[in-house]
Amino acid sequence: MPGRRELSSGIDKRVKMPEEKTLRRPPAEFITTQLNYVLGWARKFSLFHYPFVTACCGMEYMSAACAHFDIDRFGAGWTRFSPRQSDMLLVVGTVTQKLAPVLKTVYDQMTEPKWVIAFGTCAVSGGIYDNYAVVQGIDAIIPVDVYIPGCPPRPETVLDGLLKLQEKIQHQDQEWRWKRRRS
Amino acid sequence: MAMEKTALLALLEQKFPHDVEAAFTDLGDEVVIIQKEALIPVVKFLYGKPHEYTLLLDITCVDYLGQEPRFEMVYHLLSLAQNKRLRLKTRLSEKELRIASLTELWKNANWLEREVYDLFGVEFEGHPDLRRIFMYDGFEGHPLRKDYPLRKRQPRIRLRE
Amino acid sequence: MGPSHPAMHGTIRIMLELDGERILNSEVEVGYLHRGFEKTCEHRTYFNLLPYTDRLNYVSPLINNLGYVMTMEKLMGVEVPERAQYIRVIMSELSRISDHLTCLAAMAMECGAFTVFLYKMKAREFIWDVIEQTTGARMTTSYIRVGGVRADLHPDFDTVLKKAVTETRQVLKDVHGLLDKNKIFLNRTRDIASISAEDAINFGWTGPCLRSAGVYYDVRKAHPYLVYDRLHFEVPLGERGDNYDRYMVRMKEMEQSLRIVEQAAVRIPRTPGAVMADGIEPAEAIRASRTQRVRERIKLSPNLEGSEKVVVKGILARKPGCAVPPKEDTYTSIEGLIRHFKFFMRGHGIRPPKGEVYFAVEGGNGELGFYIVSDGSDKPYRLHLRAPCFHIVSALEFLIRGRYVADVIPTFGSMNMIGGELDR
Repeated sequence: MPGRRELSSGIDKRVKMPEEKTLRRPPAEFITTQLNYVLGWARKFSLFHYPFVTACCGMEYMSAACAHFDIDRFGAGWTRFSPRQSDMLLVVGTVTQKLAPVLKTVYDQMTEPKWVIAFGTCAVSGGIYDNYAVVQGIDAIIPVDVYIPGCPPRPETVLDGLLKLQEKIQHQDQEWRWKRRRS
Repeated sequence: MAMEKTALLALLEQKFPHDVEAAFTDLGDEVVIIQKEALIPVVKFLYGKPHEYTLLLDITCVDYLGQEPRFEMVYHLLSLAQNKRLRLKTRLSEKELRIASLTELWKNANWLEREVYDLFGVEFEGHPDLRRIFMYDGFEGHPLRKDYPLRKRQPRIRLRE
Repeated sequence: MGPSHPAMHGTIRIMLELDGERILNSEVEVGYLHRGFEKTCEHRTYFNLLPYTDRLNYVSPLINNLGYVMTMEKLMGVEVPERAQYIRVIMSELSRISDHLTCLAAMAMECGAFTVFLYKMKAREFIWDVIEQTTGARMTTSYIRVGGVRADLHPDFDTVLKKAVTETRQVLKDVHGLLDKNKIFLNRTRDIASISAEDAINFGWTGPCLRSAGVYYDVRKAHPYLVYDRLHFEVPLGERGDNYDRYMVRMKEMEQSLRIVEQAAVRIPRTPGAVMADGIEPAEAIRASRTQRVRERIKLSPNLEGSEKVVVKGILARKPGCAVPPKEDTYTSIEGLIRHFKFFMRGHGIRPPKGEVYFAVEGGNGELGFYIVSDGSDKPYRLHLRAPCFHIVSALEFLIRGRYVADVIPTFGSMNMIGGELDR
């Protein structure tokens, strides 16, 4: 069944109480699960991305975004050049120590829900540059959802990464206003 | 290393006998090694007619750790009229890491000298605005020196994990 | 205008002091992509640092490869076979076309002409198809090696090249029609940020930006390298050095580059007798050699996997110690094996004589020079890159003073700032 949720945390999963085994879900949960599914579907197909382009991977990003290998057909076409209007941060290329505070600021300016894709090996782990000037992977600065390796990754790899992110968005617990987000 | 002298090199040796230490052709490039005090006079001489070395291609520095004097400044000049390149080299010791700036003659010397200052620590007298260009303010050390380790990390913000 | 901004050029920060919309003063801050290329190269062998050179001017990576490799060849005194020279010329001109396409596409997109961006990206895809078929990678290829090139041209090269050239010509024609006499584009680029020839020379400009100011200096004509002296091409010049001239010079240079590619593709010498008699596959040879002596010819594909000796002779110099020997030698003779092993072994490999050298090629932005100091070991003592766009961007503050904020965008776009080259 799409959007099936597990029991929330707080219950010790090692010990199954006899009542829980026969726990019947209240009927209202069916509605929220379906809403979850619909919200996930809507969010994954309308991703506005903010391309934080720095280096060579920017060229492959441009190729992936243009006519030959289109990311528009996956709903992620429109580039929003403002962090407040986008929900996916696409960190493309090497992030240096000088640029790290800028990346953090941009990430903090984005509104929830937000996802981050690390595009290219330099963003994933520092790449071939293991020296004084390069941050060894942006997960040292911001939390990352999908890592796309490659130097630079082929556009097909980028599309694969995007699809994985879409899958993740579909199946994650969509935020509700009255629930606190569990990270 | 062929030691033939072209006309220009012979002329330079004649005009600046005390300052030019060596002038030779190396693999087709013309190279002149001068004393650091003579940089401005030699360059002004080359800038004027008939030589017209009016394009400053590059300023860089090499760190010969263990040798004294330790640093060597390398200037590459291009003459559009004669279609020739020239390399000027001069040595600097670590205690006297100062040399005259070329910003009055060439505007791109501004950034080139800032780069050499940032990466090696050479100070340029007469430079209007000598500060770091590649590394961020607050970075300690001069990265391209041989005694700066390659993998020494100086993060600008606090990193996770 | 901070390091992450909509102009997809790379990371640079321009701080502007404004009076309404007019710029009084500005300060350009670079270094946001300083990846320590020069210091890293001091810790890598000459062969291992080839991929780092790809990532310098990442829109025309083969030209950076070429610059580095030709500097090494000058230092070591290596003669490159003629076929390899023609292949290098074709590849570097294709890279140059892709560089200019990307620059003008981004510049046009920022002025609002989004269609031009998409058309040029389409043309660039065709060119990258050609490059990928021969070298194996679309962008960062590491194809041009010391002594020649990595592999011979693909057998279907002519077909794919013809398609790419036709498509690029069509796209250029379309873009000329869209932008040349376009009132909006002219208003945004004509007489904006113009520079005189003396100022351009004083700033150390080279390449298309210098030629747009009217100065005739092209490294391919002034100090010809490879086979450029045998090919007929013109060097377009501008008059006023404004944004429009820089755009036009690049468009015309692309047409000249297509001309060079066509000439080189026709005049390239054919490798003699590349058609093979029956041989055995290399794995079989290794297996058989364990039990008996094998003297049969190895059969390998001519492209990328490893080439037969007769093909390698046309594309790679045979001077010992500068290139990998052909696989036939490696698999069947002990000398070939030793040479192969020594090439990759730490402490051996490419070891140029002690000395220093400077060599420059015509990059997409101007004179791309490499200055290498060698101390006789297998790692460079100092490797310095003369980045053309460093000097061009140093003039940005001068060019935008007194202009409007909106003029910064086409000016910056026409300068073709590439972060990997600027910041090394």
